[in-house]
Amino acid sequence: MRKLKEFIIEKLILICGLASIFFVVLIFLFLLKEGLAVFSTVSPFKFLFGKNWYPISDPPQLGILPLILGSLLVTLGAAIISIPIGVGCAVYIAEVAPANLKEILKAGIELLAAIPSVVLGFIGMVTLVPFVKTFFHLPTGLTALSGSIMLAFMAMPTIVSIAEDALYSVPKTYKEGAFALGATHWQTIHRVMLPAASRGIVAAIMLGIGRVIGETMAVMMITGNAAVMPNSIFAPVRTLTATIAAEMGEAVVGSEHYFALFAIGIVLFIISFAINVTADLFLHKRQ
Amino acid sequence: MFKKGLIILMALMLAGPALAKSGKNSIQVKGSDTMVNLGQAWAEKYMEENPGEFVAVTGGGSGTGFSSLISGTCDIAMASRSIKGKEISLANQKGINPTEIKVALDGLAVVVNPANPVSKLTLDQLAGIFTGTISNWKDVGGKDEKIVILSREINSGTHVYFKEHVLRKGNADGKEEFAQSALLLSSSQAIADEVAGNASAIGYYGMGYISAKQKAIAVAKDASSEYITPTIENVVDGKYPISRPLFTYVNGAPQGLVKKFIDFALYKEGQDIVLKTDFVPIIK
Repeated sequence: MRKLKEFIIEKLILICGLASIFFVVLIFLFLLKEGLAVFSTVSPFKFLFGKNWYPISDPPQLGILPLILGSLLVTLGAAIISIPIGVGCAVYIAEVAPANLKEILKAGIELLAAIPSVVLGFIGMVTLVPFVKTFFHLPTGLTALSGSIMLAFMAMPTIVSIAEDALYSVPKTYKEGAFALGATHWQTIHRVMLPAASRGIVAAIMLGIGRVIGETMAVMMITGNAAVMPNSIFAPVRTLTATIAAEMGEAVVGSEHYFALFAIGIVLFIISFAINVTADLFLHKRQ
Repeated sequence: MFKKGLIILMALMLAGPALAKSGKNSIQVKGSDTMVNLGQAWAEKYMEENPGEFVAVTGGGSGTGFSSLISGTCDIAMASRSIKGKEISLANQKGINPTEIKVALDGLAVVVNPANPVSKLTLDQLAGIFTGTISNWKDVGGKDEKIVILSREINSGTHVYFKEHVLRKGNADGKEEFAQSALLLSSSQAIADEVAGNASAIGYYGMGYISAKQKAIAVAKDASSEYITPTIENVVDGKYPISRPLFTYVNGAPQGLVKKFIDFALYKEGQDIVLKTDFVPIIK
């Protein structure tokens, strides 16, 4: 009887475990089925490197290069802002902060992670966008920069909490060894702790970036959504995610536009898959 | 108590779609964001007069309305543009026969910040600005400032209408497109807000959205014609050059509750509401 119960539970858990893989495969197959259909009307090269995105014109122009570059530009900007601050914050929490301050900081970071992206987007729209416009004397504040700053806020909680974990899991003996050799606290941190935790920190950064590139609502609200080849971070951009979100409602099911949006989904899927695999490689090499 | 509530809720959830489909006492209206306020106002008044009948109105854009009508998830699609050939053939494949009913007129206002010295433009100048060939305000009599073009997202009937009738001047084979640098904002309100805060921006939307924070541009057909401001009288007279019909689409000839609701919208009371929500009635 007991054995039977054990057996059933074991199998149930197995099913739960397999379910996620099953769903990912299903989603990917669906994306492929719907997305690849676009290549019967436009060549993959033209799709990926075309510079004009006019999906509802006749004939439609389906070049997503401006969208890819838009996504990459916003992500790059967010990475440049969030990586130093995030890693610095993690080092402070893990190594420097006194115990009670540590708890407050951690709670603050968790709270930041809990803010819904649409709220961040809204706050960005009414505060950051006018500020960016007047501070840099731009024609409009709806720019890639505004998106990058807002997304940096979203990437930071991920980066901080995972990087902090990585720093914690560095064996205590490393630190004691460094101190015993007469290293100062700062020397210990940047010569011993950071290199020892580097793989975990890289994984943290990758996961943070993964969150940024998939973010939709906030970027749609504050980057201006102009499908133009981005030539500066002070110009408006249109990202892959915002394009899907803004246009899916309109696309006639079964039209080229509809398939093109799914193909954009495939591109996004591949990008975030690559990021996650890289993060995973770094995490696992560590052990 | 909680359990009972849950059971009732589940029963409602199960029954909801069935009721909506049979159309016995509820109808779903969906589509054009431009018309959402109008649709809401109709629905409120209609439900007030016909207790026990239920009209649900949601936005999403004209295209969204058509795809819902085609997929059978709404009874009435509101649209600020005519249905496209592609959409008709798709609907026919699914056994749906979209029927167009004109319910109101709308003037499209072109707006700038009140601080902008430019207050009148010709259609040619507008086309130049929105396609990007005119990129500085000084070329149309304003300050030496880069023009920031604001447009609605492409799921908007307003976007399509503006492209076809201002950028392409009604020429069906036209190739003109919005400048790539045009910012695509997701709602008329977002455009209104950006224009209110940005002295070099220009945008467009249904005249219902005009407020004291934006200045509506007077538009002339060409340099030798009169410049006309977007007011209800000018749209009714047909003097204002950028006005468009607003439609509802239903499957086949309207029947039952759908017919009752459309009739309500088309007669005196409904058309009074059209006027109240800053659109232009089709009957004077």
